[in-house]
Amino acid sequence: MKKTKFTWQRKDLLGIQELSADEIFHILDTAAAFKQVGERNIKKVPSLRGKTLINLFIEPSTRTRTSFELAATRLSADVVNITANASSLVKGETLKDTALNLQALHADIIVIRHGAAGAPHFLSKIVKASIINAGDGAHEHPTQALLDAFTIREKKGKIAGLNVTILGDILYSRVARSNIWLLTKLGAKVTLAGPSTLVPHVFEQLGCRVTHDMEEAIRDADVINLLRIQHERQRKTMFPSIGEYTAMFGLNKERFARTKPDAMIMHPGPINRGVEIDSDVADCSRSVILEQVTNGLAVRMAVLYLCSGGQPA
Amino acid sequence: MDAAAIERALARMAHEIVEGNPEADAIVFVGLRTNGAPLAHRLATKVGEILGRELPTGELDITMHRDDLNLRETPPAVGLSDIPFDVTGKTVVLVDDVLFTGRSIRAAMDELSDFGRPKCIRLAVLVDRGHREFPIRPDYVGKNLPTSMTERVTVSLAEIADKDEVVIEK
Amino acid sequence: MKPLLIQHGHVLDPANKIDGVRDLVIADGKIASGSAPKDADVLDAKGKFVVPGLIDMHVHLREPGRADKESITSGTLCAARGGFTSVVCMPNTSPAADNAGTIAFIKQRAEAAASVNVFPAGAITKELKGEELAPIGSLKRAGVVAITDDGHCVQNNDLMRRAVEYAKMFDLPVMDHCQDYNLSAEGVMNEGYWSVSLGLRGWPAAAEDIIVARNILIAEMADWWVHCQHLSSARSVALVREAKKRGVKITAEACPHHFTLTDESCKTYDTNFKMNPPLRTEADRQALLEGLADGTIDCIASDHAPHCNYEKEVEFDVAPFGIIGLETELALSLALVHKKVLTLQQLVEKFTVNPAKLLRLAKGTLTVGADADVTVIDLSREWTYDVTQSASKSRNSPFHGRELKGCATATIVGGKVVWQL
Repeated sequence: MKKTKFTWQRKDLLGIQELSADEIFHILDTAAAFKQVGERNIKKVPSLRGKTLINLFIEPSTRTRTSFELAATRLSADVVNITANASSLVKGETLKDTALNLQALHADIIVIRHGAAGAPHFLSKIVKASIINAGDGAHEHPTQALLDAFTIREKKGKIAGLNVTILGDILYSRVARSNIWLLTKLGAKVTLAGPSTLVPHVFEQLGCRVTHDMEEAIRDADVINLLRIQHERQRKTMFPSIGEYTAMFGLNKERFARTKPDAMIMHPGPINRGVEIDSDVADCSRSVILEQVTNGLAVRMAVLYLCSGGQPA
Repeated sequence: MDAAAIERALARMAHEIVEGNPEADAIVFVGLRTNGAPLAHRLATKVGEILGRELPTGELDITMHRDDLNLRETPPAVGLSDIPFDVTGKTVVLVDDVLFTGRSIRAAMDELSDFGRPKCIRLAVLVDRGHREFPIRPDYVGKNLPTSMTERVTVSLAEIADKDEVVIEK
Repeated sequence: MKPLLIQHGHVLDPANKIDGVRDLVIADGKIASGSAPKDADVLDAKGKFVVPGLIDMHVHLREPGRADKESITSGTLCAARGGFTSVVCMPNTSPAADNAGTIAFIKQRAEAAASVNVFPAGAITKELKGEELAPIGSLKRAGVVAITDDGHCVQNNDLMRRAVEYAKMFDLPVMDHCQDYNLSAEGVMNEGYWSVSLGLRGWPAAAEDIIVARNILIAEMADWWVHCQHLSSARSVALVREAKKRGVKITAEACPHHFTLTDESCKTYDTNFKMNPPLRTEADRQALLEGLADGTIDCIASDHAPHCNYEKEVEFDVAPFGIIGLETELALSLALVHKKVLTLQQLVEKFTVNPAKLLRLAKGTLTVGADADVTVIDLSREWTYDVTQSASKSRNSPFHGRELKGCATATIVGGKVVWQL
């Protein structure tokens, strides 16, 4: 593998939208090298030795937080986890004050997951540390899209020209948006499918095809990415019930049988077995859901290395 | 050095390696990316011709273990390592093109120990240009080239560039 | 008070069809005729326009209750610096201006500490909750010039109908911040490409259009004046235009930020672009300009809405809506004259005779004997807005650093120069 002459210049990873194709490929290539570290006996390299990483998870998440924590410790960084739900912050300290406190502790990297879109951008204007967006409201989840892209490239050898279908609640999904930006930027053909209330046609302006016909959406797909569907308070006006969603848009065995023989099944997790995906389909050989998790670790190591592996700010 | 001189040096080093390591079935080669890798393959081939069999060869990318990451403005690009065999209990011949400060070799030894526990590590370099900053010494040297700190030693290899040569630039 | 001679200015008084260079004499706080007395102060207005004092019919002075953000003193000083001689203040104070006592307080404070005339608007419903009518008769006696629930919007159409019918009895126009709560629930910006792209909850223009339509129908039914505040949507403008053709008693206003900016400005998540109604698309912005040009939109107002720094320096989702605007309002509006969207006369009407007529104020003219409220305007002065020097207690403006052309150079209230450049 040839080393590229490209040098990474950013100290933050706030989203996919502002990245160039070169930058995205550089992250994927770097992730390939870091994936090897997880396969050795000694799963540690000293690249971020002595750096302090704070996981600021205002919106809770065990999986993503664990992934970032593991990525940081494998790079020899020190990790502190701060989990708070938004209400305790609203009652007490503002996000700005929380961030300034972390800066006073000389944090090098802040990984932030927050319910408000734009929160990482807000932080990046206030503190000197590297800001890594682990999910901001419905806006972006860049490392998820990057690990999805890594998985696609590893399995299919390329991204350009592939038919990728993303299914489910697109309107409120940061995973969908980051994937849309990345896949369209790299030349894939993106189809979005789901109920008309959750997949409005305005997404065509982002360069995607929008359809409400599930069968048609998956028929020619090379990659099918299923999003988790929720029926919580805010979504109750958007579709009548989980049962109806599953009947119309769930990837059940019958629908799965009509996909292309080499179509790959992806899901950001956690999966709702029997809702957006049939239990057996989730476990079949064409499902790469668990590999996504492994690749997520490699991608996050790459992102941490690139954004803070140079001179301290 | 020109292409012929490089070949002669590698041939001599191959004989020295065989002479110096009687337990020949435990020898493996690991080349430091980027130029050390093709040199390791060439050395392994030559030693293999002498011993009459193929010798395992791997490639090591030492970027993650560099000691200057904090001092650079932007992080250097990392590449893949490829050591498809166990190094535990083996005589590992580390191969690089130019030995200078010794820091790359320090990083390589640290990284190598993440892969296993070699019986011993020997160092083979095509060129030793002096100016060591760490207590590291080569076991097999192609050519000693005394240089000043401001000079640059550039090694081109046919596998990567268009020809074999070693050049000193002021 | 000494008499005042405003000399050599180009006097533009739409009410009296005056449009030419002439002197203006002020004596005993009124517009006078004849030549200036010998002891008069002189204000040279050469190269400038002299117009009736400008009226801003939509400002939030925040007193009583939030004097940390703005007070009647600081807010009216902003008005004076912006060239405004009269402001109408909104009732969403704390306590709300839904009772005669709060109105009396506001008038008292204004008397003591305001730089310009302050005309309070009273509430439509108690505590602006949209459930029961406020004591509208009592508010009228206390001196309100209009009623509105601004900040909020009466959702119950029957209640709104009764409010309009009742207000008619007191010759009070009803003003409305047009917003359907359900269509706009949890939204923080305009629903469209940008809200989708930024991952922010948006609300569609229909949330405003639906209430504008409801107001038109109620105005028609009650045969009384309903004023739609701060229009932001193309469809709203079209609805008002059509209703006016049929003679419905409907009027409308627009704010400078809606005819200057679009929702694309939100892309940096800067909360100085978060207001209600939100910035909308370029097509909406163009429709507002057309509505101003053809008279569908009667007035321009600022919706000056101060908020403290710590309130705005938060995530976009949780920041309060609103921006200050009194000091940039005139310049942003004069840009329409420079771009030939409006003539200067048309623009002046939207700040003088139109709001005065709507609110039954004896203002907006330079008729001899009228109150001497005068604004002197330099149409061509180029300047850069520096919000750090604002007279407001708050700093929430999206126009900091913006290069502007045109401004007030003197503001005269009741014959007294309350501000001069």
